[in-house]
Amino acid sequence: MKKQDSILIVDDEKIVRESLFHWFEDEGYNLDTAESGEAALKKFNKGKYDLILLDMKMPGMNGLELLTKVKEIDKDCFVILITAYASVPTAIQALKEGAFDYVTKPIDPDELNHLVKNALEQKKLKSENEELKSKIEELILPNNLIGESIQMKKIFELINTVAPADTTVMIRGESGTGKELVAKAIHLNSKRKYFPIITVNCGALPDSLLESELFGHEKGSFTGAHYRRKGKFELANGGTIFLDEIGSVSQKMQVDLLRVIESKKFNRVGGNDTVESDFRVITATNEQLEELVKQNKFREDLYYRLNVFTLFIPPLRERKEDILVLAEFFLKKYNSLMNKGFKGLTTEALNFMQKYEWPGNVRELENAIERAVVIGKNELITVNDLPFHPTAGYMEDNADKSLSALEKKYIQKTLTENSWNISRSADILQIDRVTLYNKINKYGLKKI
Amino acid sequence: MNIFIVPLKFGNLTLLKKLSETISSLMKYNAIIQKINTDIEYTFSVERGQYYSTKIIEHFTALTGNLNGKILLITEADLYVPVLTFIFGEAQLNGKHCIVSVRRLHEEFYTEKSDELLLFERIVKESLHELGHNFGLLHCRDWECVMHSSNSIEEVDIKGDFYCKDCFSKINTAK
Repeated sequence: MKKQDSILIVDDEKIVRESLFHWFEDEGYNLDTAESGEAALKKFNKGKYDLILLDMKMPGMNGLELLTKVKEIDKDCFVILITAYASVPTAIQALKEGAFDYVTKPIDPDELNHLVKNALEQKKLKSENEELKSKIEELILPNNLIGESIQMKKIFELINTVAPADTTVMIRGESGTGKELVAKAIHLNSKRKYFPIITVNCGALPDSLLESELFGHEKGSFTGAHYRRKGKFELANGGTIFLDEIGSVSQKMQVDLLRVIESKKFNRVGGNDTVESDFRVITATNEQLEELVKQNKFREDLYYRLNVFTLFIPPLRERKEDILVLAEFFLKKYNSLMNKGFKGLTTEALNFMQKYEWPGNVRELENAIERAVVIGKNELITVNDLPFHPTAGYMEDNADKSLSALEKKYIQKTLTENSWNISRSADILQIDRVTLYNKINKYGLKKI
Repeated sequence: MNIFIVPLKFGNLTLLKKLSETISSLMKYNAIIQKINTDIEYTFSVERGQYYSTKIIEHFTALTGNLNGKILLITEADLYVPVLTFIFGEAQLNGKHCIVSVRRLHEEFYTEKSDELLLFERIVKESLHELGHNFGLLHCRDWECVMHSSNSIEEVDIKGDFYCKDCFSKINTAK
């Protein structure tokens, strides 16, 4: 069984001890408290506590004195000092005496949790946690990353190889092939898996917003910046940043990206303080970056910085054996989500799907199955339920053919036909009333 | 057993109704809106301009002994516990009461932009999170799980909007 981290809270104020105890209780730590330096020393043994949260000013033995004594007994015990007053000389002295860090009351909860987690993480790294290492060897795949084809099995092998290496990875492939899922799989199989993977769609934001999104901003740095906001690079600290559609990043932003990826340091927009963040970079693109480099639209130095290890995901039309597996997976998923009971697909529908080219790849296949589950009436999904069949409805030329547009249109039609009787409409659509209300809100549907 | 949603310094009943419907549809328990008239001003700290959440929970523990279920307090009041600058919510681990403050879940708290859909999503996440503690759940390491700890609004947005399989099964077997 995994050892729980143990924390000793030392503060002369009962209310502070109790608050900290309850705050860290939810994390599942082994917690203990002491009301003075002397009481803490009585409880302290080498190896008993991983971390001590220590009040600086206490009657009798103060925090600095206790810190010195604790370090004499157990130099590996981490100590974070807490005080009501910010005093630089005391802080420096505490750090010299071996404290991990120093914070002032009241503490930002985000700061406190990150400090404690970082301290415990560092302690674990120091003692080279073998358990964690062995866990990394098992390949964990996100739910939707599925494939039986030789090509996908090779991709899984490559994920297993590159994940623990902490190197920069570029994922190439057509739109809808599942590049984000591969990025997630790499993250989940790396030592960074307990930290977040932060996704940024570089193509979805204009330059000015992308800068604030990536680097964060300080309060008052522009109109509407009422509060300090962390950027994606800061949030990815300890984890992975996934930069999707990297080929669409502007020349100016390419310079900034190169700098931050190389130095792991940056400034928030409107800020002077340098922020450091430890992250792994994974990028994805469906563009020919080499061509963009030749045309001077993509910096060569950034290209080489990002293109350390490349994974190509083949389009669905080149791995037809995955179509059936994926169709069954998505049918099960949407059966469960929409509380439907489709048993499978007709042979005709399956044959049709095998012959289809799937230009939108796995995403198109998922959308096709989702739509079929919404509109299908029989026990099996038929070819008529699939969106690309010529006899299926709602596929007028020039119309928005996305699944959400079709769903919106179908729900609107059902509501109108039933005079906006929610219960009756929900029955016909075979969804519950709450789901129907959510969809009415989502699509902004109104009585016509 | 029911989940009683109690508005406290909170006037948006439409939102509460939507929250009770959502919680009822996501969990196996009925969520019911329960109004309780009471005064919590003594929990207000003038120097901090915030309400002390642990005291509020103690206050409601004394008031709601007759209710069979979990009590989820929803408030617009800004909450704190000593030592920390603010908290999004607090819960009794394996207990009956929890509280969620909506104050710092509004997008306009951080930007001048109002976003009602995002606000509702955040309220649902934090409500499920605090109720999870009532059902005995600790913080989960899975970022896709609503029981992941979130100490900043960005982390509330990043984490998943429902319990992971393991946490949900623990809730279903909890008493």
